[in-house]
Amino acid sequence: MTMTRVFAAAALLIANGGSAFAASETDYKAAFAAAEAANKEAGALRNQWTTTAATLAAAKKAGDAGDFDTAVAQAREAEALARASIFQATSEKERWKDMEIR
Amino acid sequence: MILRLAIHAASAAVAFGLLAFAPAAHAADSVDPVADANAFKKFFTDKFPKVTLKDFVNGPYSMSEDLHRQWEEKEEFPPYEFALEAGKEMFAKPFKNGKSYADCFPNKGIGIRQNYPYFDEKEGKVITLELALNRCREANGEAPFSYVKDEMAALTAYMAYTSRGKPMDIKIPNDPRALEAYQKGKEYFYTRRGQLNFSCATCHVQSPGERIRAEVLAPALGILNAMPIYRSEWSGMGTTSRRFTTCNSQIRGVPLNPQDDEYRNLEYYLSYVSNGLPISGPGARP
Repeated sequence: MTMTRVFAAAALLIANGGSAFAASETDYKAAFAAAEAANKEAGALRNQWTTTAATLAAAKKAGDAGDFDTAVAQAREAEALARASIFQATSEKERWKDMEIR
Repeated sequence: MILRLAIHAASAAVAFGLLAFAPAAHAADSVDPVADANAFKKFFTDKFPKVTLKDFVNGPYSMSEDLHRQWEEKEEFPPYEFALEAGKEMFAKPFKNGKSYADCFPNKGIGIRQNYPYFDEKEGKVITLELALNRCREANGEAPFSYVKDEMAALTAYMAYTSRGKPMDIKIPNDPRALEAYQKGKEYFYTRRGQLNFSCATCHVQSPGERIRAEVLAPALGILNAMPIYRSEWSGMGTTSRRFTTCNSQIRGVPLNPQDDEYRNLEYYLSYVSNGLPISGPGARP
């Protein structure tokens, strides 16, 4: 009985998970805009990463091909990379001194 | 009573501690290029006691006897020779208006490499040799060269060659903007960037002599004295601009534009801390 409930819950989760990842063009555009905005912020800090640009390009390619699941995943990845580069630039404003030869 | 004494003692200890640390914190934040340059040289000579100060300008070739022998053999038929010949011809060839590079530089451009980059007090910025060469071209109605391609490498190779053996001699004038440019260059040098989270110092201070894939990393001390360089990896010559932008992309950082302020300041800092070491450019690297 308990096992049946577990399987049923798992099946429900998988079903819900599947529908949650079925991305639309609107989702893609929103995720892409967020990633672009974060990368622009990194640019203002003079610290963009090549991998952010490459992942943004991959998101656009998937979006242009109508593969919005991939496009959203890539755009979110690009946003995470851009946010990491912003964190790096911000923390390094003081941390660079730790490495200085004195 | 005992409690009160303990509180007083603790307060005194804290105050003493603050006093003791205050000068250190102040020293860490003050800008002292002379002290920096001395500490920089000491760091490398302590780390590599067998390498003479002058030999650091030979980059990876100074790091082991085997590599040094390779370099000596390479110097018999140096791969930068073609660029040097081309640069000499380009330097002598007049512009369409009849003037030439010699008209743009002190001492007609001969034996002056060791004074670049310099801080221009009128402009309030650092002027590198590559930038001065392109400004010379533009002032005489010629199109500027790419900062990362062969023509600029050839011209700077010839100018470096005419300064070979002369000690790097970078000045920081009594101008707060010059000191700021120097400090910003230092900050750039030590700041981690790119997805690999590397700073210039990660490779060229923490790891010189170590291999990164097949390459042996050069020490930061004297690293620009050898510019421009022929790199076997590039199968051609590279300028300082090419070196900086390539370093950035190798650590997965988007490079800035050649001759952006950050790179000019970086060149100013790195050249200053190598003052006294001889110009060895053009160089050759694996």
